[in-house]
Formats: sequence, structure tokens, C-alpha cells
Amino acid sequence: MGLKIIVLAKQVPDTRNVGKNAMRADGTVNRGALSAIYNPEDLNALEQALLIKDKFKDTEITLLTMGPPRAADIIRESLYRGIDKGFLITDRRFAGADTLATSYVISKAVLKCSPFDIILSGRQAIDGDTAQVGPQTAEHLGIAQITYAEEIQSIDKSSIQVKRRLERGIEVVKSKLPVLITVHGSASKCRPKNAKLLMKYKYAKTNTELQALNEDYMNSFKAKPYLNIEELNLDDLGCDIERVGLKGSPTKVKNIENVVFKSKDSKRLTASNRDIKGLIKTLIESRVVG
Amino acid sequence: MENIFVYCELENNVISDISLELLSKGRKLADNLECKLEAVIIGHNILELPKVLFPYGVDTVYIADNKKLSPYSTIPHTSIFVDLIKKEQPQIALVGATSIGRDLGPRVSARLGVGLTADCTELVIGDYKDNKTGKEYKDLLYQIRPAFGGNIIATIVNPDTRPQMATIREGVMKKEIVSSTYEGKIINIDVESLLKDDDIVLEIIEREIEPRKVNLSGAQIIVSGGFGVGSKENFDLLKEFADLLGGEVGASRAAVDSGYTGHDRQIGQTGVTVRPKLYFAIGISGAIQHTAGMDKSAQIISINSDPDAPIHKLADYAIIGEFNEVIPKMIKFYKDESK
Repeated sequence: MGLKIIVLAKQVPDTRNVGKNAMRADGTVNRGALSAIYNPEDLNALEQALLIKDKFKDTEITLLTMGPPRAADIIRESLYRGIDKGFLITDRRFAGADTLATSYVISKAVLKCSPFDIILSGRQAIDGDTAQVGPQTAEHLGIAQITYAEEIQSIDKSSIQVKRRLERGIEVVKSKLPVLITVHGSASKCRPKNAKLLMKYKYAKTNTELQALNEDYMNSFKAKPYLNIEELNLDDLGCDIERVGLKGSPTKVKNIENVVFKSKDSKRLTASNRDIKGLIKTLIESRVVG
Repeated sequence: MENIFVYCELENNVISDISLELLSKGRKLADNLECKLEAVIIGHNILELPKVLFPYGVDTVYIADNKKLSPYSTIPHTSIFVDLIKKEQPQIALVGATSIGRDLGPRVSARLGVGLTADCTELVIGDYKDNKTGKEYKDLLYQIRPAFGGNIIATIVNPDTRPQMATIREGVMKKEIVSSTYEGKIINIDVESLLKDDDIVLEIIEREIEPRKVNLSGAQIIVSGGFGVGSKENFDLLKEFADLLGGEVGASRAAVDSGYTGHDRQIGQTGVTVRPKLYFAIGISGAIQHTAGMDKSAQIISINSDPDAPIHKLADYAIIGEFNEVIPKMIKFYKDESK
């Protein structure tokens, strides 16, 4: 049995590691200083796809990522780990999209890869933390969804059983295929890059990236068609221009404020008996405790 | 028409706290907009629940009671909620940013083709001018949320689509009863006519939800540990201290990820938001992901041996020292002093 799996992944700024050098003197974030990484929960999703492929060798994994040209890194990172093919959905006209407009474009790209059995993606991306694109894509496609998945317990030709990780417990559900599954960060961690695959796909490039390279490279590239990462734009996907980008986004950003760490008037204490005893006394006297 | 909808979540047929928080906020917004506050309950054997809701100032409770609707499942709940929204045309629809609300909300928004803002921490009514078209809008819902890992706060609006939809984080809005005698009306929804057979694509095999043992959002005192606490065993010391004070133990994401304590204790952007009267931050560096969930605490005491840890800036009392020296002393002095 072989399944057709589509993985949705996103390149994100590493918002979890906003180190000292990423903070400006005024306390705001310097986005340029953040590195672009594979969205962590999308790696959990990729691992789920690879686990299915380990079990059913004929499984085919296609990865879709949407973003600027440099997001091709996500496809290379995924090729090194064992996907079969990747597409980069990229078009300036998609810029400024909210989750609804994004999910519309992704659903059009999924249809391009039809038929499929399972779509896997991370629960949410760390730049927006919305967890909306997965379910919205499932709705556009009119298929079932399982969010917050932690473990795929069994699969057969027509159904899948999944354990979900909820805030205060678990739920095990069985769904018909096709289904879209969003994977929680508590699921298995993604395997490392495979050295052989890394050698094989190191020079995989999109057409946009190829334009910057010399002719020698082009010739060796032509001999290895698997190195080509296909790009898909608005016209390739047949998207309605009214439904993409800023125009297709019902939510608008009214304004943005940077969070600035403000120093409170804080008292500095040590671990000495005097300081700690004094503090406890103050807390009891002010009835904060006791 | 033009009212405010709140989708009410159930767990074991009890209305979840998040829904009561949303109704409390919804009441204020409804007063502001001079419209009605309407609750939607979808489940089974729930006919007794409206009377729990009315004291929060609910004018209408829509009830969809059918055994196919319990426990929560995406597509049937989407179908019922969408149908009701189409009929009643609310101007605002609020859903909790929980594993249920974040499963349902995006599905509903995509079916209706309307905008949805995730994980809001504040909702305010205000005007908006579209700078491109110059068009002006009155009384929109400002949906305010942290973004970019909590480093920015964005205000989002949905100028042209209705309802204006948002999911709201647990624990950030206050539960407030308006009047124990507040009376609203109940409207029953004819479920059978709305559910199609192919709406039931999911079978729930097992569901194990622990009763809410940890009650972080309700705790007055929280003793929180971070990665710096170093081990599961050291968390026992925090537990001892919290028990002594009548508080709860909380944790940063780093401590939870390291397995020092359970997910249900996580405070911060990806966990619970709390506002106790006293918050101890122990071995916590003070990354924005954590502080976003606790910076509204009335008083903060930080304990960290690193004098430059950002958490100290947020603290009312910053103790520069080793927690395994400080906490036993606090326990001792508290026992002495509170006698």
C-alpha cells in the first residue's frame, strides 16, 4: 500500500530566540537579526509523513511551501530528510495575505497535487501563532481535519486513527481519508538530514535561483532533472486575483506596537537572611500572603 | 441581527471558563454597541445550561441539542454554527482560543469567507479609516493580539466582512456576573434538518480529559519555575512552597519542554495567561514568550542568580541569588512569621 501525502511547511523568523543582539537599544526587535528557520511544528509534521513512508515504501511525499524565493531552503531541508518532491509557491501578488487568503492559495496548490490521501502540517507557525491556515485549507478543500495530532496510531486504505494532544488530556479519533492533520509539537521530533540525500540534493535550485548562476552550473544541472525545484505562481495555480494577497485578506492590520521592556521600580535583594526575612515580613504585613 | 455571538465550549457538559470570560467581555461590547449578547451552545443534554449563562447578561441562548453533537467534533459544529450565523447575521462572533475554538474558528471563517483574528488578548470598539481607499468605518471591533513571538502587539480589524470573528485567549478576560436575576430567552435549533450524513466523518474512539486539576488562572499566588530550576526534584521544592502559601505551581515553556513538570502548568504565550496577586518567577530568564503570560500580575518576585536576567526588570522585588538557598529560607521565615 502506498499513500500520497502532502506536507505543508513554512519558513519563519526564529522568534523564539530573540537574543540580545536582536533587540534594539529602544527595546524593540530588529527582525533582520533573526535567522530564518524551518517552522518547528512543520518539522514534526514532516516526521509523521516520513514515518508513514518508512512503513509503506510506495508512499509519495510532496512538500508545499509558500513564501519568497529564499523559502526554497525549506524544500532542500525536506529533500535531505526524504521527501520525493517539493514545490515553492511564490508570487509577489501573494504578499500581505492573511490566513484566509493564504489558505486559499495553498488549497489551489494542493488541488494541483491531487489526488492525495493525507495532508500534514504543523499546528501553527511561530511567527503568527494562529493555527488557522491548516483548518481553513481543509475547509476550502471540503475535507475532514484533525488538529493537535500527537501520534498516528494506524492507517489503512480508507481511514486513519490519530491521538490528539489537548490542553488537559488526549482524544483518539478515527477519520476517513482524505484528511488534513495538523501536528502538535509534542509529536516525535524530526529525524536529522540524511548524508546521502544531502549530497544528492545539495544543488537543488529553483529557476529563480538558477538565474544567478553560471553556465557550467547550468549544464551539470540540466543533466540532473531531480535538482529542479518547481515554482508555482498565481497563474500556474489559476487563483482568482481578488482572493489573494492584501486584497483577498478580510483582516487588516490597523497598527502595530513594539513591546518594550519597561523597568519597574524594583527593589534588588540578596539571598541573605536579613533580606529574605524582611521581604516575607513585608508580604505578610501587606496581606499579600498569609 | 447585528448582535454579538459567543460560541460556548463544553467539557463534560459544563460550560468552560473561557466561554464565561467571553460572555463577560461580550456583555461590555454589547453595551457599548447597544446590541444584544447571544450565546450558542452545541452539544447533548444541555437544556439546563442556559440558566448558568443568563447571569452573565446573556439576552438569547441558542441551543442545538442532539447526541450527534457531543463530544465536540469539527464538521457538525461548523455546520450548525455557520447556519445560525447566516440566519442571524451577528456583527461579531467570539470563540475561545482553545483546542476546540482554534479547531472550529478557522473552519467557520473559511466557510463564510470572513476574517478571523487568532489569540486576541484584548477587544475594543473603535473607528477605522482605510488609508488606501479613504473609506471610514464606525464602531469596528479592534482585535488586539501579540504577534511575532510576543515582540509586537498588533491591532487587527475586519472592515468589510461580517461577522467580525476572533478567538480569545484563556484567562485574559475577567469573568463577571451582571445580575443573578438577569433573564434572557432560549431558542432551540432544529438540528436534524441541518446535519447531513456526510458531516459525520470523524469517529471519536477515546477521550480522556483530566478534570481541571491545575487551576492556574484562578490562583491568587503562583510559584513558577523555569529552566534554571534544573530538575523535576527541584520542582518539588517549589510545590512545597506553593502549598505552604496556598498557591499553584507554574512553569515556563523551557521547564515544561525539559520535562520538569506537566504541560498544564505552562504559563506564557503558548500556555495560560495569569494575573495573580503574587507571582514568583524562579530560575526564569524572562523571555517575552513567558512574560506575556504573567506581566499583569499585581506583584512579581524574581529569584535568579544572574543579575542581568531580564525578569528582574519586571519584578517588584528582584532577588539575586540561588533559588535552592532562597526558597528554604522563605519557607522557614514564613513559618516563623505567620504563627
